[in-house]
Amino acid sequence: MTERTPRTFLALFAGLAFSASALAEEVQVAVAANFTAPLQAIAREFEKDTGHSVVASFGATGQLYAQIQHGAPFELFLSADDSTPAKLESAGLGLAGSRFTYAIGSLVLWSAKADYLDGSDAVLKQGQFKHLAIANPKAAPYGLAATQVLDKLGLRAVLQSKLVEGQSITQALQFVSTGNAELGFVALSQVYKDGQLSSGSAWIVPAELYEPIRQDAVLLNKGEHNPAASALVEYLQGPRAAAIIKSYGYKL
Amino acid sequence: MPLTQADLDAVLLTIELASLTTLLLLLIGTPIAWWLARTGSWLKKPLGAIVALPLVLPPTVIGFYLLVSMGPHGFIGQLTQSLGLGTLTFTFTGLVIGSVFYSLPFVVQPLQNAFESIGRAPLEAAATLRANPWDAFFSVVLPLAKPGFMTAAILGFAHTVGEFGVVLMIGGNIPGKTQVASVQIYNHVETLEYAQAHWLAGGMVVFSFLVLLALYSGRRTRQAWQ
Repeated sequence: MTERTPRTFLALFAGLAFSASALAEEVQVAVAANFTAPLQAIAREFEKDTGHSVVASFGATGQLYAQIQHGAPFELFLSADDSTPAKLESAGLGLAGSRFTYAIGSLVLWSAKADYLDGSDAVLKQGQFKHLAIANPKAAPYGLAATQVLDKLGLRAVLQSKLVEGQSITQALQFVSTGNAELGFVALSQVYKDGQLSSGSAWIVPAELYEPIRQDAVLLNKGEHNPAASALVEYLQGPRAAAIIKSYGYKL
Repeated sequence: MPLTQADLDAVLLTIELASLTTLLLLLIGTPIAWWLARTGSWLKKPLGAIVALPLVLPPTVIGFYLLVSMGPHGFIGQLTQSLGLGTLTFTFTGLVIGSVFYSLPFVVQPLQNAFESIGRAPLEAAATLRANPWDAFFSVVLPLAKPGFMTAAILGFAHTVGEFGVVLMIGGNIPGKTQVASVQIYNHVETLEYAQAHWLAGGMVVFSFLVLLALYSGRRTRQAWQ
């Protein structure tokens, strides 16, 4: 009897754990770094509403793309552009017809210092700084957008020697927020919350200065039969996610 | 040409960084190793542990602390700014400082072992012949510790060549200044330029093999001499 009781409890616990995992699935998502904060907020709501759980990996779009090509276990990919999901689909790694635009990104020139930027490109044009941080333009769409802005403004050649590159948009932000670079081009979503700038000063770059950052998602082959993956796809296009996405400064 | 100009620049920069770092480490590491080898102080163990820290810390930890401390609000940054040097992140000098920290144990430990194995007898003999301590160090210790210096220099150089995390955190990927070979390989892989990544990465494998081969061959010859 004394021996049986703990066993019964163990069996009971095992049964509970099993039934819980049978109902709630886990979805592995690869997420472009700029969408880190909104996805975390959406995942919290999603987990509350559906009982599924989200395991997210954040990185530069190019880096995640390379990982998916080499068999990374991701089931859903939220890219920072629309060409990478298209490439995955045509390579047969993404499910045909599953692509959708989940957000349209905005680029911002940001400084950690409160009065450094005055909401215009004046500081950028004066060039009185030592370092301007951007994300690696070859791996990160926001980095590419930043170079387009510099080209449009005719500042690329002048500022080339001041450019420092982060491997992802997160690292570009890190360079600026630690003060190592006075300013940098980052995603608005990284420094914006609930409709306003969370700290520092900024110039929200006018949309006509760079190609639209249309951020597409694609369901990957590995997520085809996972109900949590399709639930998240649906949730991302629903009204609750839309409200969160907009609150971080994205357009829809 | 399988390697682009940027790749070649990255390789040259890596060699430059590793050479300068090794030279500095031999200058800094020798007194530290000497002290660690000879002292009976209670500080020996804590200091030895501090020197060995980079062996176990992830390079990202070292890189992160360097990024923060060399930044305008960090203590190194404050110091360099007050000296009129500006901040050292995103500069070659910054990479050299980071590499010196990162490769310190690889130079200090072989030297310390070499000094310890010499023991006190040769120095005492030198003293009885009225050699002053400096003279004894240069004409007795240095020749006896030569294999230790060789090992320290090779390991320090090779370990700096293999550095990645620290450079990634404080470098900023600037061609000719902070874009070293390991970062360039990462760039190629990230942007799916696998052919170029292979050339650089394969070169690294060959280089590392040759370094280790040199190290082991050196050891065997020494044993044969003894």
